[in-house]
Parts: sequence; structure tokens; C-alpha cells
Amino acid sequence: MAVVRSPFAHARITSIDSTEAAGMPGVIGVYTGQQMRDAGFGGIPCAWVVPDSDTKTPDHPPIAVDTVRYVGDAVAMVVAKTETQARDAAYAVDVDYDVLDAVIDGHAATMDGEPQLHDDVENNVCFHWIVAGGDIDAAFAAADVVVTDTIINQRLIPTAMETRAALARWDVAMEELTLWVTSQNPHIVRFLLSLDTGIPEHKIRVIAPDVGGGFGSKLPHYPEDSMVIFASQQTGLPVKWNESRTENFQATSHGRDHRQEVEMAATSEGKILGLRAKVWANLGAYLSTASTGVPTILHGLMLSGAYTLPAVHEDVYGVFTNTTPVDAYRGAGRPEATLMVERMMDLVAHEIGMDPAEIRRKNLIPPFTEGHEVITGLVYDSGNYEPALDQALEMIDYPALRKQQQAQLREQGRYIGIGVVTYTEICGLGPSEVAGAVGFGGGLWESAIVRFHPSGKVNVMVGVNPHGQGEETTFAQIVADQLGLPVGDVVIVYGDTDRTPMGWGTYGSRTTPVASGAIMGAITKIKDKGVKIAAHLLEASTEDIEFADGKFSVKGSRDQSMTIQDIALAANTAWDMPEGVEPGLEASAFFNPSNFVYPFGTHIAVVEVDPETGEIELQRYAAVDDCGPIINPMIVEGQIHGGIVQGVAQALWEGAAYDEDGNLVTGSLMDYAIPKADFFPPFELGKTETPTPVNPLGVKGVGETGTIGSTPTVYNAVIDALLPLGVKKVDMPMTPERVWRAIRDAEGGH
Amino acid sequence: MRVTITVNGTTSQADVEPRTLLVDYLRDNLELTGTNIGCDTSQCGACTVHLDGRPVKSCTILAVQADDSTVTTIEGLSGNGQLHPMQEAFREKHGLQCGFCTSGMIMAAVKLVEDGGDLSDRGIRERLEGNLCRCTGYENIVRSIRHYAGEVESHAPLEGDEAMAHHRTLQEAEELAARRQS
Repeated sequence: MAVVRSPFAHARITSIDSTEAAGMPGVIGVYTGQQMRDAGFGGIPCAWVVPDSDTKTPDHPPIAVDTVRYVGDAVAMVVAKTETQARDAAYAVDVDYDVLDAVIDGHAATMDGEPQLHDDVENNVCFHWIVAGGDIDAAFAAADVVVTDTIINQRLIPTAMETRAALARWDVAMEELTLWVTSQNPHIVRFLLSLDTGIPEHKIRVIAPDVGGGFGSKLPHYPEDSMVIFASQQTGLPVKWNESRTENFQATSHGRDHRQEVEMAATSEGKILGLRAKVWANLGAYLSTASTGVPTILHGLMLSGAYTLPAVHEDVYGVFTNTTPVDAYRGAGRPEATLMVERMMDLVAHEIGMDPAEIRRKNLIPPFTEGHEVITGLVYDSGNYEPALDQALEMIDYPALRKQQQAQLREQGRYIGIGVVTYTEICGLGPSEVAGAVGFGGGLWESAIVRFHPSGKVNVMVGVNPHGQGEETTFAQIVADQLGLPVGDVVIVYGDTDRTPMGWGTYGSRTTPVASGAIMGAITKIKDKGVKIAAHLLEASTEDIEFADGKFSVKGSRDQSMTIQDIALAANTAWDMPEGVEPGLEASAFFNPSNFVYPFGTHIAVVEVDPETGEIELQRYAAVDDCGPIINPMIVEGQIHGGIVQGVAQALWEGAAYDEDGNLVTGSLMDYAIPKADFFPPFELGKTETPTPVNPLGVKGVGETGTIGSTPTVYNAVIDALLPLGVKKVDMPMTPERVWRAIRDAEGGH
Repeated sequence: MRVTITVNGTTSQADVEPRTLLVDYLRDNLELTGTNIGCDTSQCGACTVHLDGRPVKSCTILAVQADDSTVTTIEGLSGNGQLHPMQEAFREKHGLQCGFCTSGMIMAAVKLVEDGGDLSDRGIRERLEGNLCRCTGYENIVRSIRHYAGEVESHAPLEGDEAMAHHRTLQEAEELAARRQS
């Protein structure tokens, strides 16, 4: 299958002529949005509608019916025997458009007289949402210092190395669907598909094995999922779509894209008093699966950062524009909050002449183990921020670096900058009750089945869906460790709704914190059942049986014991079970965490800026992250490495650019600068381990910390380098050209 | 057009459209799907294979250009039920996460080490320019390659089964690499 996509950002479709395409070699069918609609296919649902806001959810047909709203919007699809034939024929579909004015910028789109995307969405404002706490007016009235900035948290393009793909096979006799799809959350896709395709959920099987990276971009239910299903129903054939990289840039969700007007109030001693902001979040042309939750719940509620903040007020406007829909991208809302807060902290520090590390230390929330409520209403789970700050400062020998090296080099005309950021973030999504309260259309619990086979080998079925993070290893370690098994005897099964129990998927650094709770619950049941069977077979009372190192033993009599493999065989053969105990050694458990988790840490970057060219060299990067007790250090480090790289990339290189007509200028890997190996020095990693009380293993998520911490760290480092040149601000990405212009402008040349 | 290409030691012939890319020939005609397609502008390197002993991006080569040539893909790297030591090194050092860039990365890395030159952290980073990874932040990829390099530097490059028979355990190689660094 190939998709005919709109070359215009905003246009009415006046006619679609598929005569020529239909006659081309190998072509089986050409289909339009109207045909899908006539067949009963609905719009692509948005799964998150923020309450206490006036959110509008305009129709999002999988193929545009009368109006296209971004370059890349689907207009028709062609099914042919081969991919090449389908693509050839897609070029031959003749579409006539009546081109309309387009609006690209999320702030400009709210102005009177700008083009309107959806009939029922006045001034393109999808919602206005407010977070407020404390007395914000009093905070600003009492302030010695007020700093302000307008931050453009630019649009990013997730660019997982594997593009998307979808393959549908409709079984006409059984009326059953199998969909292979590159998804981070096959169970959510199945649920949503049942809504827009009308196929009952129990007759849908979604398979998503070995997905090649996601970073949030494979969280949504996409139009192409429904398109291949429709095509399979029409043709009676399995239908596959492979996304090209060009399509991936245009039609897979983007991330970030905020305009933030921010002010912070503080005392002359560096105590922060209040944060006030207006944010315009560009949502793109339609609501994607989680798009309204990202700039609200995951952003606005995190404005206290790692600090004691007495007052906050933020207005967030979600805005439709003629651009690719925006959804979660690694960090999803929290990078937009953290950069805002950390930028303000540095501006206050600079204003009052305080060291950036010191102002942070002064405002950090004191250590807490059982919950700490911040001004936005969130209750952080556990935290001890200062040791991470101290460790990072020590790793980099901060005083020496700051006082000697930096000062010395500046005398030599070299501009070294140091960025320091202390962050915390909300992840491990989350309690299902909160999910419901904040408008997420699903739960956020997880489930697991631990199944012993007669030979003592184990499969564990989970509803989360690792796609590169490595939880299949982490989970196997947990099960092996808890049950005294060789790790190779445990295989984790995921990625298939028919083989796994319900689960809400892998995103929001939730997979280990939430799913490990379910796995631990199942392990407890296995142990309890094993004790009963062992007691029966060893002719002891259950109270006298203890389990350790994979063996059930009679207390005080270690030679009277059975291995868990013995028990697995006994339970599976069931020749001699205790009364009232069912055969088999298998347990299922559900885990709904009592709170989110809040990993935290300190990141420090050292950069050198060449004032002649504006080039920035990242010289050192130290990160101390606390994600609770670490199960697999290598995997945790790998997550932090990858996260740092994506976050640094936002500060320095990456940014989606549209022209005025809505053409994506950065539409290929030639134009969109995802980082290469030689952009980085080796990273210096440290850690502290503060357990959370909200799950059995005390673990917090680590998938996004690197990204959340690193963008402001590098941003602040670059500005620190440029301050002697009079530069306080450079928009991201801080390309050499922008840095050079900022230096030149500060010199008063232009 | 008719092409004759030897892939992983097996010679086969096929009629292909002139526009068929080598990567599509490998994936669609020979069903060697270990070679991935990550972009359409020859940036990402996921499709790197060895063509007559040189690393190439198989999306920049037409199948007809590979006529009468010898190609090695990731499937041809391992053999006799054993992974290639570079594959072992990537596994040992967590040089992959989602795995999509990995086959291209390994094919590039094998040649990078074989070609000699600077095998320092910086040297490897600079010569990995043609391969993109979005997950690992490259750090563990570089570690994997250095880990492997410590192993092969100790003796002349060997081919095929001989290399397999000769290669040290990874732990030995690590110790060797550590000694070299100190």
C-alpha cells in the first residue's frame, strides 16, 4: 500500500481522479477517505482530553475527506501487488486542490484573522488550561528581582531509526483482524482501533514485536493503521504499508513546539518566590493520541521542578496549526517544564550575582521519603537532591573549573561555559485513578503472568512493550533473582495482544516501575503456592517451610527440601496436590501504583564557544541520576547515554523548520540534524539510589531523565560562555549561525 | 536486467528492474532482511554491507552495479552457530538498544577495525560518521568496537573459520585491552 499525501498545508480537495492509477501495472485498488467513511470507519480518536478545560476534539478522518490540513495529510491510498507498483501508481493519482492560506506558528494562529483549521474551533484554540497554586500576585509584589524571558521550545522530530509499518490481515470468514504494527503499546492500539474501525476488540489481534525505537512517536494510533485494515477488508488480501523516511518526517508525530512567556520572582538572596507563564503549545493539525496531556499534565504540573516554589500560575493554550500533529516525544512535557524552570534559575542567579550551583542548592526541596506536596498539587514520592548535586560538582571539580580554568581561559580569549541543572521529573505513569482524573482515556496499571512449565522453565507474559529499552532483560533478572532460577531459564513474552495480558504499554518511563510491581505480585503468589505444595510433599506444615535460593526447605532441616523445579513438575503433573490447591504453577497479578515516581539528579556540561564562528564544542558532560535501586547498571547507563544525546541535540542541533506555506524544510536526514558519534565526548556518569515507596522494588524510571536534564544543562552552559560577550539568549537549536549573530548583535554591530 | 551476485558465499542470478537498489535485491529477492532500510537519502547507514570487501550503503548502489560482485551481509558474518566476535562485543558491551541500526553499524565497525587507523575513542567516533543510531548515544557502540579491537589487534587479521577458532574469550580480550590502555 502507498499513500497519496497532500503537498499543501491547507487546501480543499476539489476532485480525485484515480483512473490512470487504477490502470497501472499491479494496481489492485485506489481508495479515498469518503470510501472509508462510507464503510463506517470513524475518525482517529484522541485518547486524552484534559478536564477543566474547554478542549475541542475536531474530526480526524484517517484519509482527508474534503480538506487537507498539513503537508503529508493522507488524500488517497493505492494498493498494488508490490510496494514499488503502489508508489508508482500513487504518483499518478490526480488530485485537484483549492489552496487555502495556512498558519504554522502556534502563537500567531490564535490571532484574529488568521486561517481557521476546524469550523468549530475559534481562533484555532483547542483548549485553555490553567495550573495555579499559592498567591502569585503576592509573590511578585514581594519580589526583589523579577526575570523574564520568551523561550521557544522548538518542534522536534522523533526520528526513530525504524520508520513505521503496518500490515493488516482481515479474515473474512471469522471476521477477525490481525494487525502487525510498529507500536509502543499494542493493547492501546487494539482498544482504539475497536473504536474507529468498528471491529470488536476481542476479534482484533495486534502484534508489535522488536519495534525499532519509538521515543513516543510510536505511541499514537495512526491513520495508516486503519487504512491497511480497510484495504485488507476491501481486497480480501493482507495489505502492508512501509513508511518511507520522507513520510516519517511528515506523517509521524512531532514533539515539543512551545512558545513560553515566563517570569520568575525571587528575593535578592536567591530564594525563588513565584513562576508565572503563558504557553502556546502547537498541537499540529489534529489531536494525536496523547497530545493534550503532554503540554498540560506532564508539563504544567512540573513547574516546581526540584525546588520549593511558593506560587505558580500558568496558562496553557493548545493550538491547531497546519503542521504535522504533535504528541509525546522523549520526556513529553517535562523537558518543556524543566528548560523553562532551569532557564529562569540561571537568569535569577545572574541577576543577583549568585553561582548557578548555589542558587539551586538554596532552593532544593529538603530530603523526603514518604511524599512531598508541591505547589502544583503533585505529591513527589521520595527525593534527596543535594547528594546528587554534590557528587556531580565533585566529579567535575566544579570550584576549580569555575574559578581557575574558566577565568583563566577567558583572559586568553577562550569562552568556556558551565551549565548546572538540578531536575526532577514525573514518570512511572501512574495511578489509574489519577489517569482518569486528568482525562486520560485508559488505565495506567500493568499486569503479568508468571508461568512455570513442567520442566521448570519459565515464561513471563507482560502487557508492556519494550522496544529497545531492554526490560525483557531487566524483568528476567527480577524473576530469576526472586525465584532462584538461572536467568536463562526465564523468557519474557511481550508484543502480541493474543499472547500477553492487558497492559497500557511502554512510554513515560513506566515500564519497569509499574510492570515490575505486577511481576512481583505474581512471584509472591508463586512462592505462596510453592510453600503449600512443598509442605504437603515434605509432610511439614506451611509455617515450617521457607523459600531461599530456589529451594523450599523445612526450617532447621535443609536436607528436607525441594527445588522450585521439583515443585513446578509436581504442580504441573498434579499427581499429589494438597487439598484445595489447583494444579499448575502459574500466577497472574495486576499492579496499580499508588503514585507516580520522580527520579532526579544533577547534570553539568562544559562547553567552549568559538566567538569567531559561533561553533560550540561539548567538552565534558557529567550526569548524576537517581532512578532508585538499579537492577541492571548497563541498561540504566545505556538509557542515560541515549537520553543525554537526544536532549543535547535539542539544545544544539535539532529543530523542525516549516516555511510560510507549511512545507517542512527539514524533511529528510539531510536537513534535520540528528547527532552523530563524534558530536560527543564520553559521558561521565554518577548515581545515587533513593528508593520510592510506591512499588515493591523501589525503582523509578530512567528512560527520559537524560533528555530532560541535558537540554537546559547545555543551554545554560552555552549562555554561561557567552555572558562575558553580553549575550543572554540564543534560541534553540543554538546553531553556529545563531550564536554568531547573537554575539554580533550584542557587540552592537547591528 | 539479469544480474549475477555472490551473496554470503552463494551465487545467484535474477532478473531485476534497472532501478532496483542493492538493498531491495537483498531483502526482497534473497529475503536477507537483516540489512535494514532506515532512510531514503543515504544518511543513516542501517543498510551497510560489504561489497567486494568494502563497506557500502546498499541503498546507494543499484543491484545492477553489484553484478559480478561479492556481497557480505550481516547474515554472512556469523557462521558455524557462532556470532562474529564483533557481534559478541556489541552484546557484551550493550552496543545496541532497539537494534535497528545494529546490522549496518556492525558491518561498518568490522571494516573500520580491519582498515586499521586510530582506534581511540575519538578516532572511532570520527569514523562512525556514516552510521546513525538514535538509541544508544553511541557511547556503548564505541565501547563495543574498542572491546573488539583489543581482541583483534593482538594478531594478524584472520578470515572466516580460522578467526573464529582463534578468538579469545571476551574476558581475555577485555583484560588485554585494559593492559594496553594502562
